[in-house]
Amino acid sequence: MDLSLRWLGDYVDTGVTPKQFCDAMTMSGSKVECYSEEADYITNCVVGRIINIEKHPDADKLQVCQVDVGDRSVQIVTAATNVFEGALVPVALDNSTLANGVKIKKGKLRGVVSEGMMCSVAELGVTVHDFPYAIEDGIMIIEECCKPGDNIRDALGINDTTVEFEITSNRPDCLSVIGLAREAAATFDKELHLPQPKVQHEAGDIHDLLSVEVKNPNLCRRYVARMVKDIKIAPSPRWMRERLRASGVRPINNLVDITNYVMLEYGQPMHAFDYKYLKGGKIVVRNAAEGESITTLDGVERKLTPDMLVICDEEKPSCVAGVMGGEYSGIQDDTNTVVFESANFLGSSVRITAKKLGMRTESSGRFEKGLDSRMCMDAVNRACQLVEMLGAGEVVGGYIDIDNANEAPVTVDFCPEWINRFLGIDISEEKMISILEKIGYKVENGVITVPSFRAGDTRHKADIAEEIARFYGYDVIPNTAVTGAAQGGLTAEQKFEKRLGELLRANGCYEIETYSFISPKYYDKINLPEDSELRRSVVITNPLGEDTSVMRTTCVPSMLEVIARNYNNRNLAGRLYEMGKVYLPKETPDILPDERAVAVVGTFGDKEDFFALKGILNEAFEKLGVLGVEYSALRTDPAFHPGRCAEITVGEKKIGVIGEISPAVLENYGIGTRAYVASVDIADIFANRIIDKKFKPTPRFPASTRDLAIICDDEIPAASLEKAIRAGAGKILEKVELFDVYKGASVAPGKKSVAYSMTLRAPDRTLTVEECDRAVAKVLKELEKLGAKLRA
Amino acid sequence: MKELLEQIRQKARQELAAAEDSKGLEELRVRYLGKKGELTAILKQMGALSAEERPVIGQLANQIRAEIETELKEADAHIRQHMLEKKLASETIDVTLPGTPCPTGKEHPLSLVLNEVEDIFIGMGFSIAEGPEVETDYYNFEALNLPKDHPARDTQDTFYITENVLLRTQTSPVQVRVMEKQKPPIRIIAPGRVYRSDAVDATHSPLFHQIEGLVVDKGVTMADLKGTLEIFIKRLYGEDSVVRFRPHHFPFTEPSAEMDIQCFNCHGAGCPVCKGEGWIEILGCGMVHPKVLANCNIDPEEYSGFAFGIGLERIVMRRFAINDLRLLYENDLRFLDQF
Repeated sequence: MDLSLRWLGDYVDTGVTPKQFCDAMTMSGSKVECYSEEADYITNCVVGRIINIEKHPDADKLQVCQVDVGDRSVQIVTAATNVFEGALVPVALDNSTLANGVKIKKGKLRGVVSEGMMCSVAELGVTVHDFPYAIEDGIMIIEECCKPGDNIRDALGINDTTVEFEITSNRPDCLSVIGLAREAAATFDKELHLPQPKVQHEAGDIHDLLSVEVKNPNLCRRYVARMVKDIKIAPSPRWMRERLRASGVRPINNLVDITNYVMLEYGQPMHAFDYKYLKGGKIVVRNAAEGESITTLDGVERKLTPDMLVICDEEKPSCVAGVMGGEYSGIQDDTNTVVFESANFLGSSVRITAKKLGMRTESSGRFEKGLDSRMCMDAVNRACQLVEMLGAGEVVGGYIDIDNANEAPVTVDFCPEWINRFLGIDISEEKMISILEKIGYKVENGVITVPSFRAGDTRHKADIAEEIARFYGYDVIPNTAVTGAAQGGLTAEQKFEKRLGELLRANGCYEIETYSFISPKYYDKINLPEDSELRRSVVITNPLGEDTSVMRTTCVPSMLEVIARNYNNRNLAGRLYEMGKVYLPKETPDILPDERAVAVVGTFGDKEDFFALKGILNEAFEKLGVLGVEYSALRTDPAFHPGRCAEITVGEKKIGVIGEISPAVLENYGIGTRAYVASVDIADIFANRIIDKKFKPTPRFPASTRDLAIICDDEIPAASLEKAIRAGAGKILEKVELFDVYKGASVAPGKKSVAYSMTLRAPDRTLTVEECDRAVAKVLKELEKLGAKLRA
Repeated sequence: MKELLEQIRQKARQELAAAEDSKGLEELRVRYLGKKGELTAILKQMGALSAEERPVIGQLANQIRAEIETELKEADAHIRQHMLEKKLASETIDVTLPGTPCPTGKEHPLSLVLNEVEDIFIGMGFSIAEGPEVETDYYNFEALNLPKDHPARDTQDTFYITENVLLRTQTSPVQVRVMEKQKPPIRIIAPGRVYRSDAVDATHSPLFHQIEGLVVDKGVTMADLKGTLEIFIKRLYGEDSVVRFRPHHFPFTEPSAEMDIQCFNCHGAGCPVCKGEGWIEILGCGMVHPKVLANCNIDPEEYSGFAFGIGLERIVMRRFAINDLRLLYENDLRFLDQF
């Protein structure tokens, strides 16, 4: 909302500078974005009177003018042909600036000194719409009341200040000069003088010319019509043009300007119908019929649907209610009689219609916020008053008012103590009443009557508290911290997740953040089988694009995207992790999906391998107290190298996967180095952590070590051998460590030699040689079950 | 014989002084003091001396032996010291060479700042609540006083899954979920991802992070809201930060406010950083709307509360002077390594 301070001054004299005005209005709830001085680019430019014109001695097309600029006269050479002696013109003096950054300096034209320039409207940054008496090509001949030497901005009235407000959606009343004047009067504690719309002279009776029928009173809560005949289309007067221009609206002609002026002044959109195009002298407000269409003012034919409200004559729609007029509905040069419409349409209906038709207009933007039906009458009378003032036509007597709103005034109990308590302040009841009355509330017998223009968002005593707070001053309310002890802090799971992140970082992993939505093509990129359950995602019905159209069921593709991006950016190696979420859909999309937090670790580069990644995970598991994690070969996940992938389990529960990315998938991503990814479900590992850690005494008796070199089939996983060793050695086995795996010349094909070092210890005695031997014998027996033998 | 002993004394002294290493010293020790050493040899001849001479010579011989022993010890210490110095000198390194890398990773800047924010609120007795990102229309809008035809819904460009399921556009639904489950006193923040259908550019992303805050108890006032958020900003940006609260509108708070921080660049005078305003908008807040409390079965006559919502990306970008939001989601290691 652009507010002309000159216009505001018609209703309230704030007596402050624009900067003070903006700051105070912002703090009382009408946020100012910025303010600008109109035509402030013009400097050193005055009104001049041409005293004498002579031909240029050396140029046929130039004239030399002597111009009185108040305190002296200057010589200006011009090529313009519309100048004459006695004319008042804008003069840009030596060292002046004009629109579009143009600078004017004294100079010579064909040998004759020119001490400045006479300006056209365009050079002043205005148009012939702003000054209808001026011409487009040529010097502006000023017809304003002014004298040589006057500052040109003051003389032409292009010296207003425009304040740009950002009005919140609950305050459509502030999208008007009157609304902001009311706020300003309360903010600066000044008198408010509002216009009293009254028509002096009326002729005839509207009922003889027009009938109005509202068929859908739910969507059209009020419809007021008045008429004007014997229209004389002409430019509007300067004061109106100035106010419109400073409000960002281009002046057109008196009739159109009046409807715009009233809309800006009251916030009530108006429409002026050319009476001769209203067949049957009828206005019918109804829903559009199936298949009906309308060509709107902008010349586009638009298909209407039955949920849209239209304004029709007895045959066809001439206007989409509250959105845009039809082709012939508006003011033409030959318009003789008009019908002013000042109506109240249901905001939600206008909003949906405008959205469907893809045309959000000034009018629809206002209606959709919900307007006060009570201002319809004032607005239409104001328009008629202006017609009379401007001599733009003759107002027809009477009006048609179909009022379906029937709203009782909103009332709220007045609870001063509660308000003081709620805001943490202590002000008197009288002070509160005085604040409320300044902005249109009435307080009587402990009941507040809400003004109709605020009825939309003032329903509760908290709303009243806000009004008090705004004018008492948010900044005057004291700052106190919440009192009382509270048991805050992280939950065990939140701490666990943060610790997991720390442990991954300790091993060189950098945290990444990736989008939760992905393209369904990402599943192809990781070679996910067509029938995989993971392909069933939560689907966004109105995505920005395919790339962000489904909620991911796996974080692996996002990790690979990041690895690929880094690789392409010549970061050829790295370790990354993400604490991400996957979204696993339920049977139907109406049930919220299972959102699971996962930790994904990705490594890439020459120095990385499967075991380095496994080591990172194991270190984290161990430090987090997650015991019993097992890895078993997984050959069926096509994202991974079939021989270098494992399922991670705890007990029976599958908690994740780890592996080297398959060459085919690397190729899909354009990653030119090996990459490894692991993904684990955080809730699952959290559930398997040790909660109670108990102290164990440090060993007091010496340990014995025994090394075993065994030969077994190549396929037997080390994990099975280790399990057998643990089973055989029993309690006295403190530690078993693999220290060598060998396949080659001295081992039969299909076999491998594996060497383990066992540490045996008892807590209460030194183990005897016999005890150790017995343990080894049992281990060998267990190993034998796997076909493993002691290496000869 | 006396002369002989004196000769030994002189010779030993000279040779000891000339000894260069421990091995040379050992040789000297054997030569003079060993069983077959020179001094021993002389002592063996003592029998041939007269009774008067014997104690004199004996005393002299012992004195010389003691002297040589002492000198041997000193020479040994000296040589050891010398050797050590030589060794240390040979081991000198260029201490300005780089250290051996022991690489650790880093937190994403979003986590880094989020952790700071969490710490501040935990210090004030807050807990951290979580809620689903795929949310129902009810929690995201309706329970927050945004009925189906509310115009503010249009401004939040929502991603829909079905008519009633959507990607949350704000973290505010967590407020409702917490209030439904937990009776006051409530003191939580709820950080998380939110989604709006904004095309990606330097300042917009269809996915970003918010931090919701909610306090509900008996007698919570707007003054408490102001005080709590002022503490937060001063701890995040420094004690000299200046904030202001100005009226605003949110459907789920009443009164509502936006909090601005005075521009750190121009201190309120107006500059390009703050677009001439002197203030930078930092968060939205307000007293929880009585309707919202009632929607969650909390009696608005008995309890009151305040809520706030902070955009994490905005704080992170300001903190590190990051000029393009997209960098946060590109995850280039050269970017991630800077924080």
